[in-house]
Amino acid sequence: MSEISEMKVSKIKDGTVIDHVPAGRALDVLRLLNLTGKEGFIISLVMNVPSKKFGKKDIVKVEGLELESNQVNKLALIAPTATINIVRNYDVIEKKRVNLPDRIIGILSCQNPNCITRKEREPVIASFIVISKKPLVVQCEYCGRLMNEDNVIKQLVR
Amino acid sequence: MRCWTKRDVISVLDFKKDELEYLFSLTDKIIEEKIDVKKPLDGKIVATAFFEPSTRTRLSFETAAHRLGASVITLEPSISSLAKGESFADTMRMLDSYADVIVMRSPLEGAAKLAAEICEHPVINGGDGTQHHPTQAMIDIYTIKKIKGDLRDLTIGVLGDLKYGRAATSFMYGVSIFGVEKLWLISPKELMPRDDVLFTLKRFNVELHHTENINDIIGELDVLYVTRIQKERFPDPAEYERVRGTYQVDLKLLSKAKNSLIVMHPLPRVDEISYEVDTTNYAAYFKEASYGVPLRMALLMLIMGVYKDV
Repeated sequence: MSEISEMKVSKIKDGTVIDHVPAGRALDVLRLLNLTGKEGFIISLVMNVPSKKFGKKDIVKVEGLELESNQVNKLALIAPTATINIVRNYDVIEKKRVNLPDRIIGILSCQNPNCITRKEREPVIASFIVISKKPLVVQCEYCGRLMNEDNVIKQLVR
Repeated sequence: MRCWTKRDVISVLDFKKDELEYLFSLTDKIIEEKIDVKKPLDGKIVATAFFEPSTRTRLSFETAAHRLGASVITLEPSISSLAKGESFADTMRMLDSYADVIVMRSPLEGAAKLAAEICEHPVINGGDGTQHHPTQAMIDIYTIKKIKGDLRDLTIGVLGDLKYGRAATSFMYGVSIFGVEKLWLISPKELMPRDDVLFTLKRFNVELHHTENINDIIGELDVLYVTRIQKERFPDPAEYERVRGTYQVDLKLLSKAKNSLIVMHPLPRVDEISYEVDTTNYAAYFKEASYGVPLRMALLMLIMGVYKDV
């Protein structure tokens, strides 16, 4: 984390630091993780801080919460460049990179109302192939319809 | 070439050119009566489950099965347990326990893929919503090859409902597999292919051109594939009213075409091809329909593993 970022947000004792979030996406990250502020965690975020790698980035820190792997997988869809640092007693004990998998199973639902995966009583889990990582485009494995990044984000953070 | 035996037929995209050529060579043999096709499926059961109306696809599959000596069981959705609310998946599971192969059609996109995942026996997609109609595409390509030979140097036009028409979509995929270089998409803007279809077509080396006016390009075409505007799939009836009757292929239009042009149609037609075209050399659609039974016989034989010469 750059010095300027550190100055803006202090270190946390225990919890998760989500770094290298694409600039402007920090609020979407909170929504995706269902963090409303009412849970009691101390949450700090900075947006649009300089980044050597990306020009600008956002950072989200959540004290008292260690992200689980299913939450990390979801993050890959809206913040594919993010790094997750798990902090205990001010030390980073684990670094996780979010990795966008080739297939996304059970996280997104197909936008096509006529897709078999949208029928409630059918035993089928929506799955998508990632056909482009940047910009994100996914394709339903059942009906073939495409979903772009904006629609993925809207669905995940609504 | 992948073995045909026990393969599901969900999309024409699941097949390579050489695999389709193999299917076509067996179709030739059946038409030319070079092989004994009287009883190769004796003792086998073919199930047909059509959750949407069908004339040619269901009847030609059932005819093909009977000709091969198989028994046919037919699900009637309106008088089966589906009417009591049984799920599609449970219905397919039951059919799977009765039959050796299932031919199905559904108004829902992806239903055939789900059926193939559920069933141990092969599933043949006779159409799933707006998505795929693989066996129609196989018949269409076979027809072009029989009349024109190689597809590569042909300029092909696809006319009509390219957004909701599954036969049009599968046709475009099929001719792309066979190396067509230039494809004219002729439709109102509202009925252009969906972005997922265009994305798939771009994976092939096919030049795509779009026009709303068939008069501009009719003289350039070697094959004109005409499709019906899919009234039943329009979410908004007003949108259908705006585009219905947009195109009519008649002798006046064809007077500007090459003499060697062939006009195809997966049928049923409504009013997009005038009856006056039926008796001209342009009309290939009845020939195309007549290949339905022998090609589906060949397909059933390959899937059931009763024909092997490789």
